[in-house]
Amino acid sequence: MYDDEPQDEPAARPLSAGTKLIAGVLLAIPLIALALVPTYSYETPKLWGFPFFYWYLLLWVLLTPAFTWGAHLVITRARGERP
Amino acid sequence: MSALASGTDVNGVELGVVIFFFAVVTVGGFWAARWRRGTTVHSLDEWGLGGRGFGTVITWFLLGGDLYTAYTFVAVPAAMYATGAVSGFFAVPYTIVAYPIIFIFMPRLWSVAHRKGYVTPADFVRGRYDSRGLALAVAVTGILATMPYIALQLVGIQAILETMGLGGSSNTFVKDLPLIIAFAVLAAYTYSSGLRAPALIAFVKDTLIYIVIVVAIIYVATKIGFTDMFAAAKTKMTTVSPTTKLPTGTFITSDTTYWAFGTLAFGSALALFMYPHSMTAVLSGRSRKVIRRNAAILPLYSLMLALLALLGYAAIAKNTNVFGLDGYANPQLAVPRLFDQVFPDWFAGVCFAAIGIGALVPAAIMSIAAANLFTRNVYREFIKRDASPKHETRVAKIVSLVVKFGALLFVIALDRQNAINFQLLGGVWILQTIVAVVAGLYTRWFHRWALLLGWAVGMVYGTVVAYQQEVPNAKVNLVNGAPNTVVDGTRHFGSPLANFPFTDQKVYIAATALLLNLIVAVVATLVLRAVKAPAGTDDTQPGDYYSDAPDAKVLASSEPAAAGAEVGAR
Repeated sequence: MYDDEPQDEPAARPLSAGTKLIAGVLLAIPLIALALVPTYSYETPKLWGFPFFYWYLLLWVLLTPAFTWGAHLVITRARGERP
Repeated sequence: MSALASGTDVNGVELGVVIFFFAVVTVGGFWAARWRRGTTVHSLDEWGLGGRGFGTVITWFLLGGDLYTAYTFVAVPAAMYATGAVSGFFAVPYTIVAYPIIFIFMPRLWSVAHRKGYVTPADFVRGRYDSRGLALAVAVTGILATMPYIALQLVGIQAILETMGLGGSSNTFVKDLPLIIAFAVLAAYTYSSGLRAPALIAFVKDTLIYIVIVVAIIYVATKIGFTDMFAAAKTKMTTVSPTTKLPTGTFITSDTTYWAFGTLAFGSALALFMYPHSMTAVLSGRSRKVIRRNAAILPLYSLMLALLALLGYAAIAKNTNVFGLDGYANPQLAVPRLFDQVFPDWFAGVCFAAIGIGALVPAAIMSIAAANLFTRNVYREFIKRDASPKHETRVAKIVSLVVKFGALLFVIALDRQNAINFQLLGGVWILQTIVAVVAGLYTRWFHRWALLLGWAVGMVYGTVVAYQQEVPNAKVNLVNGAPNTVVDGTRHFGSPLANFPFTDQKVYIAATALLLNLIVAVVATLVLRAVKAPAGTDDTQPGDYYSDAPDAKVLASSEPAAAGAEVGAR
């Protein structure tokens, strides 16, 4: 498998600094938000019986894919590919 | 008690449903050998990576089936049931933050692996640093960390068998017979179909799990109520335990547990994609885009994990009976027993099938990953350097059998607690490979010997500190209907947390070990560079880290059947 490896594949186009920055910020937001444990260690306000601590973490389960998909879109657009 | 022998306590309906689903996935597992088949199955690329042709949908199911294991489904709610948020709910931020992290580095690893024909992370380390020793360290760590993980899948299956009334026999062989049969069948179709078998079965597993979660959450919302469920959990967690004189657990993190919660989440997230089985699933993807798309959508599985975790609290609210057939309390039984308690038998059977199949998928992928590692980085590197692809595949197939039966013996012969201890150690160990693998994707600044030294220091520190965590060996049984705590000395490996050196702040042992590993690697690199120690030749070029397979070209070069099988992938 080492001798027949394809050598003619085009490399992905390198990204501009601006694109990298925007994608990086989008990816960093969920990481920072979740790393700051004291900011969400509260019991109130409650939502549908869920203490804040629990529903806030569940909210990030839904928000993180949005941010990551955003970074994915930024990168694919910059390379002129379809997402 | 001999439930199996007497046949009186076995729930026939539940067992029947489980056997039905097991039969379905068995047929699927053998059939998978023909599914999306390449020109040959006699190469490690085909057997061990499914031909590297999986698109977004299959990769999603494969990774989901692989990362969210039966043990997760049993152990995370069990931890919630026993001690609450720090040991249980950390799994939610853990499985969220893992994905932005892999979004950043995994496409690079995919590219270089695709370009250079690497099958394992150790292959990459070998090529990048020109060091057989470092590659061996990465490979052996991977195998060591994976073995107890496979064993824990069996612990997950044991929990459902015990709930159905099987496995109470005092005769070890009779007790474990269902487990042995399940694993023998799994071993047979993994042997013949390779990675395609778990990829196909993952569809069944995930569908069942989703159905179970939706029904269970509707049940909790309507029959218990979230307010009452959390109130019951809070009462239990804040009650002071008579044995330790401390609160039972953590309901919401506080200033003594912020670091524990945070380091457990981030440390586990970094470790997750260092495990050989997650790497295998990622490398089987078709393009960089498949990896990035999956990094974006995989956190949706974490929603399911979070809801499952909360079932541990539901078991508290429902006063679920967690006393095992041996008479002692076992938190691992919390969720299976809850299902048994609140659902009709046939649906409890569906739940158990979901957990059971949830054990088979990752066990299969893990054994394939461990086999790839052994074959590539131990066998071909140190035993038979001129192994042909066909020979390599045969070795990998045999190793996958050995690994599974090793795990089976481990669970049958040793106490369940041993498997859990080693799994804890496995997490600490596997994280120590991250410096060599991930830093290597970006820079060749680190010296190969420095990385090896850092790895060794992290491994030793982590192992010693984990061993030192001594806790009372408490067991709870029922005496005249009331819970009675029996303390039988102490046991080691009592916690994944230890004080950060020179402080009394509890943090995840793996995180401290990684920090130490990194410091040693940096200092040693500075020294080795100063004395101009030989750095070896780099087998990779900068362009290899961006190489992408354009979709159209891959489709054109694949067989028509393979191209058509990926419905809705784009």
